[in-house]
Amino acid sequence: MSEPGLEREGTSMTTIYPTAALSAGTTAPGFSLPATPDQTVSLHDLRGAPAILAFYPADWSPVCGDQMALYNEILGEFRQLGAQLVGISVDGVWCHAAFGADRKLHFPLLSDFEPKGEVARRYGVYRRKEGVTERALFVIDAQGTIRWSHVSPLGINPGADGIFEALQGLASPAALQGVPS
Amino acid sequence: MSRLSLPVGPGDHAQGPATAAVTLVEYGDYECPYCGEAYPTLKDVQRAMGDELRFVFRNFPLTEMHAHALQAAEFAEMAATAGMFWQAHDLLYENQDALSQRDLVSLGHRLGLPEPMVVQAFDGRFDRKIRDDFRGGIRSGVNGTPTLFINGLRYDGPRDPEALLIALRQAARIRQAAPADGGT
Repeated sequence: MSEPGLEREGTSMTTIYPTAALSAGTTAPGFSLPATPDQTVSLHDLRGAPAILAFYPADWSPVCGDQMALYNEILGEFRQLGAQLVGISVDGVWCHAAFGADRKLHFPLLSDFEPKGEVARRYGVYRRKEGVTERALFVIDAQGTIRWSHVSPLGINPGADGIFEALQGLASPAALQGVPS
Repeated sequence: MSRLSLPVGPGDHAQGPATAAVTLVEYGDYECPYCGEAYPTLKDVQRAMGDELRFVFRNFPLTEMHAHALQAAEFAEMAATAGMFWQAHDLLYENQDALSQRDLVSLGHRLGLPEPMVVQAFDGRFDRKIRDDFRGGIRSGVNGTPTLFINGLRYDGPRDPEALLIALRQAARIRQAAPADGGT
């Protein structure tokens, strides 16, 4: 392992992070991240309803902008299925604030800023070399279990069809039983 | 790979024969500059492909980003009721920087559509059609505008005329080799 001195900083325990994105059936790791300079959003706050976590590499980059803009357009559709969406990147709160205002985003952007990428690491979607998160989606059910996850190539906007399929699966589990996939 | 979830049907705006070897579906937004860039390219490939190509346009207005996208879509749907969808579609893309309701009324004039008819378009009567297009797009993996589908498969390649023609001709060859595949 490289940089052992840095890994040990501030803690006597070694945290073991998953090497790939957490998959369906895994309990979603808890987190509490700033959404604005004086507000935080935690996974606990999102419990009781399905949540969509959209990790993305950076505010302002063209593909991310398109992806977040697309989700902004379809928030109503997510809400109809009872789901809440949060975006997560390693950008700081002021950067998120400027980006969210510029794009008129109506959902929170969380700052995985300090310790940098810690939440992304716990979900197995941190790109250590570049220092950004993967472009990764997680759909978490009301009880806090990951029900679907997906990692896109960094330059490809994954769209929302996978999210909708996952949410519809949550909405009608009885209907899905007995239907072979 | 994302696939078109709603097959092309009688409710769609289509140019070219239904029996064409290739169907190209565009999910577009009239105020989107990238759709504006694609507009002359798509015209070029339509000319080059002739009767081998059917072109379909579906609405995907990004209304949070583009203040005039929805009313432009409404204008085109209203023109469609007078059999002038494609004339309206083309005029909108040729005048992307002038899509206020007043501008749309004057575009209506150029098509011979009376002002009261154009104004009615903005009363919500086409919401359902536009929303249905949009929802179908989301479920098909539309991830921005324009998004193109060639014979039902999302096309993520470059959008210059040469690259598109190669992709369209390849799809035509595949379809002609397996014509029983049905039409999407």
